[in-house]
Amino acid sequence: MSAQQLAGFDISIPPSGAGLPAGSGTARDGLKVYEQKCLACHGAKGAGKPADALAGGVGSLASKAPVRTVGSFWPYATTLFDYVRRAMPITNPLSLNDDEVYAVSAYVLFINGIIGEDVAMNAQTLPQVRMPNRDGFISDWPPRSRN
Amino acid sequence: MAKKQQGGRRKFLARGAALVSGAAMLKGAGAEGLAGEAWERVYGAGFTRYGQPSRFEQAVGRYIAQPYGEMAPGSGSALCPIEALDGIITPTSVHFIRSHSGSPDIDPKLHRLYIHGLVERPLRFSVDALSRYPMTTRIYFIECSGNSLRALTAQPAQVPAGGMHGNVSCNEWTGVPLRVLLEEAGVQPQAKWLLAEGADSAHMSRSVPLEKALDDALIALYQNGERLRPEHGYPVRLLLPGWEGNMSVKWLRRIKLTDGPTHTKDETSKYTDPLPDGRALQFTYEMGVKSVITRPSSTMQLAGTGFHEISGIAWSGAGRIRRVEVSTDGGQTWAEAALTGAERAKALVRFRHPWQWKGAAAVLQSRATDEKGSVQPARREWQARFAPDIRFHNNSIVSWAVGTDGSVKNVYA
Repeated sequence: MSAQQLAGFDISIPPSGAGLPAGSGTARDGLKVYEQKCLACHGAKGAGKPADALAGGVGSLASKAPVRTVGSFWPYATTLFDYVRRAMPITNPLSLNDDEVYAVSAYVLFINGIIGEDVAMNAQTLPQVRMPNRDGFISDWPPRSRN
Repeated sequence: MAKKQQGGRRKFLARGAALVSGAAMLKGAGAEGLAGEAWERVYGAGFTRYGQPSRFEQAVGRYIAQPYGEMAPGSGSALCPIEALDGIITPTSVHFIRSHSGSPDIDPKLHRLYIHGLVERPLRFSVDALSRYPMTTRIYFIECSGNSLRALTAQPAQVPAGGMHGNVSCNEWTGVPLRVLLEEAGVQPQAKWLLAEGADSAHMSRSVPLEKALDDALIALYQNGERLRPEHGYPVRLLLPGWEGNMSVKWLRRIKLTDGPTHTKDETSKYTDPLPDGRALQFTYEMGVKSVITRPSSTMQLAGTGFHEISGIAWSGAGRIRRVEVSTDGGQTWAEAALTGAERAKALVRFRHPWQWKGAAAVLQSRATDEKGSVQPARREWQARFAPDIRFHNNSIVSWAVGTDGSVKNVYA
């Protein structure tokens, strides 16, 4: 099988950012994409409802009412690009171009206060974004004792 | 004790049979005095190409849970009506479904499976090509790690057992061991994980440790003897026996060998187990030892005092079920139940326990132990390990309260 036959299929992006495509976008660009393609389900500024909230909840995870959003819970920004590109918008996945995916990823990071409004997200900058909950996960593989 | 209960059962059954046959003779007597119901006096229905249950069984069906409603009708789950079934094998038509963006309508002539990444020879398979490999057939349960989520509500829901605990099913699966395909591709030494991805519109993807892929992972093509159903991954799915169902990626289109986990959305923001200190356990794959009494169970009504068989299902992602104990007094005393299917690892086991109900209030529980010695935990003990919004891997003991009126209710005991 040739690399050409695989082109367009190899869309998974690990934390290293390996495989991120060319292209770029800022939160300012992303707001337009968000309003057109995301807001109806995820609410203004990622407040959520009917779909998951995308912003807020930082500092809430050890409380009695944890709020788990991209900002408060997700460990890697690369996952945001990966998931938006493969699955969103839910009624029309694979429809956003790479600039739009970078831009809307930048917007979601911006509304969480993680990056500035004019910081461009691209193959170099996105993997360097440090998420607030980066160290919040304990790997259970290989398995520890459970039950 | 057991002998006495068996005697009671025989008397009960004999009395019932006498009542039924007496009624039939009176009602069915024809002009010639010969007995027989209406359907015995007309020619029966012809053949059907694909069978359906009796029209009198139409109440049996999956419980559909759509958290996003009509906006995303295929996002959520359809739970198996476990309380309406018996035995070990789940009928394909009521096997639970969990999907993130509905079931795709895949043309098997166009579908391809890619194996690439850290391999010597990237491979591309058509469904016909996969179907030419030597096959393996095994019986395995699949349980969504979000099963029994509804048993975590503040107040116990009064819904049938399947509506809470029905995100588990057990089928016979036939396909190609993933190990065979990986050997053909030639896994490079630095490959430690693989990324499995579906061809649904969510392109649901999970990272899988190479150890599991080389152990008992199956590229499944058949389910209960027929090609996979669309909602279960037609035409090809991954099957990771005993591990959380989400990882058995349906509609499998791509396997990429990698040096580490990809940290996809469904192994970071979801399918992780939050702890009270704010951190979360990640990559908790094996489904814990578990059991649930399916009969009698929540929302049922006991027909009267006397003999009742307590029956249910048990399973463990770690292997075989060694023991299932049943309590009728809320866990004060336990009795060992009889098991069917206990020789099989990572498959449902059916347990049965004879019970004489004398009309007093009772709390029914079951507690499974697997071959590794792991014991199904009490509800409170399990919940205390996690953050208040824990959603996954609830394998705690289920309690059904029988009232003096014979009603059966879901309780947190």
